[in-house]
Amino acid sequence: MARAAVSGGLNRRLTWHAARLAEVVEETPSARTLVFDVPDWPGHLPGQHVDVRLTAEDGYSTQRSYSIATPADGTRVALTVQRVDDGEVSPYLTETLVPGDVIELRGPVGGWFVWRAADPAPVLLIAGGSGIVPLMAMIRARREAGSRALFRLIYSVRTPEDRFYADELRTRARDDMGLDVGYVYTRQAPEGWPAAPRRLSVADVNNGGWPPDFQPSCFVCGPTAFVETVADILVALGHDPRRVKTERFGPTGS
Amino acid sequence: MGGIVSPGFRGRRGAEGGGVKLPPGQYLTEDFPVLTAGPTPRVPTDTWEFVVVTEAGEKHRWSWAELMALPSEQPTVDLHCVTKWSKLGTSWQGVSLDVLLDGVDTAADYVMVHSYGGYTTNLPFEDLRNGQAWIAYKFDGEDLHPEHGGPARLLVPHLYLWKSAKWVRGLRLTDEDEPGFWESAGYHDYGDPWREQRYQGD
Ligand SMILES: Cc1cc2nc3c(=O)[nH]c(=O)nc-3n(C[C@H](O)[C@H](O)[C@H](O)COP(=O)(O)OP(=O)(O)OC[C@H]3O[C@@H](n4cnc5c(N)ncnc54)[C@H](O)[C@@H]3O)c2cc1C
Repeated sequence: MARAAVSGGLNRRLTWHAARLAEVVEETPSARTLVFDVPDWPGHLPGQHVDVRLTAEDGYSTQRSYSIATPADGTRVALTVQRVDDGEVSPYLTETLVPGDVIELRGPVGGWFVWRAADPAPVLLIAGGSGIVPLMAMIRARREAGSRALFRLIYSVRTPEDRFYADELRTRARDDMGLDVGYVYTRQAPEGWPAAPRRLSVADVNNGGWPPDFQPSCFVCGPTAFVETVADILVALGHDPRRVKTERFGPTGS
Repeated sequence: MGGIVSPGFRGRRGAEGGGVKLPPGQYLTEDFPVLTAGPTPRVPTDTWEFVVVTEAGEKHRWSWAELMALPSEQPTVDLHCVTKWSKLGTSWQGVSLDVLLDGVDTAADYVMVHSYGGYTTNLPFEDLRNGQAWIAYKFDGEDLHPEHGGPARLLVPHLYLWKSAKWVRGLRLTDEDEPGFWESAGYHDYGDPWREQRYQGD
C-alpha cells in the first residue's frame, strides 16, 4: 500500500452535481444500469465510485456509494444498481427513478481501487454479484484504450439470470484479445454446465487466475464476506498483499 | 447546491437513528461493516509489537505481553464511517493512549499511525490524548477479530473510522503534518464526522 501510488483526481474539492437520468438498461430482473447526464462532470478512472444523495420532501436525506460502470465518457456517468429488497436507496434507484428525474451525486471518489491503461501488468479481476460493476469499467477501459494487458475475470453469481452485462462479456471474451471470462455459479448453474453450483474455491482462483510470479494486479470486489474469502485465498496462493486491491460493498461484516 | 428533492423518496422513517442524533449524512446500522483497501493481515501476538518513535528518534516498544500487563479501560463508543454508516454503543477493551504516552518525551504536534500491511493515517497529536483514544484488543468481550483489526487497532471514535487504524503497529510523532493512505487519496486531513469532513476541502 505505497502512498505514492494513490491519486485519482481527488486532490480537489468534491462538490455535489445534479445528475439527470438519461437512459435505463435492464441488466437482470433486479438490477439496472442508470446512465446519468452530469453537465459539469470532471471525468474519472475505471474503478472509482460516486456518492449518491437522495432527499425526501420533508428534508430527510441519505447517501450511498455506487461504482461507475463505464470509463470516462464526457458528461455521462453510468451506474448499475442491484435492488436490495429491504433497502432504503436501491429500490428507489431501480424502480422509482425515471428518465428526466434529477438526483445528486458527488465524485469521483476512491483513488486506490483503479486500473490505469498505461499499466502493462496482467490483471486478475474477481467479482462477486454486483462487485462486477467497477471491474466492468476496467474491462471496458482496456478495450477503449487499446491496452494489451492480459485480463482475466472470474465472476461469481448466484444464477445465470443474475449475470450483469452477460451479452457484452460474451462478445468481449470473443473479440477483445487477451481477455478471459470465467463464471462460478453459487445457486444454479446453466444447463450442461460442467460443475455443480458452489462457492468460489482455491481451485477456481488457482485455475482461472494468474500465477503469483506473473505479479498480476488483483482487483477483488463484492460483498464483504466474499471479498474477505477471495483476498485470503490470493494471499495463501502467494500473491503479494500489496498487489491485491479490494472493494467491499458492505454492509454485512462479522 | 443542496437537497434536490427526489419525488417519491421517503427514506426509512427512523432510519436516522430512531430519535438518536447522528452526524450529517450518516445512517444507522446494526451490522459491523468491514472496509479495507486490501487483504486482512493476520498478525500473531507472539511477534506483535507496538512502537512509538518520537520526533527526536527515541523509540518506545511494547510486546503483546507488556500491553496486556497495562491497565485497560472498557470504553463504549459510537462509530462513524465515512461510507455513511454509524454504529452506536459499541463496547471495547483496550489501553488508553494516555497510559502508553505517559513517559514519552515529546513536543510533537502530529502523529502518523502505521499498521501491519502498510496502512497509514495521520492525526493531530492532541486527538490521541486526554481519554480520546485507545489501543483496543477486545470487541464485545471477545478478542478482536482480524477483519476488524485484531489483534489490536487504534480506536479514535470522535473521528471517521479510517483514522482508527486496524492492525496498528506504531506511531511516529512528527512536527509536521503529512497525509496518510486515504488522506493522500483525497480524503479529509482531519475527518470530523459532525462537520462532515469526508473529502479534501470539506
Ligand atoms: C464503494 C462502494 C461501491 C458500491 N457500488 C455498488 C454498485 O456498483 N452497485 C450496487 O448495487 N451496490 C453498490 N454498493 C452498495 C450500495 O452502496 C448500497 O449498500 C446498496 O445499494 C444497498 O443500499 P440500500 O439503501 O438499498 O440498502 P440499506 O437500506 O443500506 O440496507 C438494507 C438492508 O439490506 C442489507 N444490505 C445493504 N446493502 C447490501 C448489499 N450490497 N448486499 C446485500 N445486502 C445489503 C443491509 O444489511 C440491510 O439489512 C457499493 C458500496 C460501496 C461501499
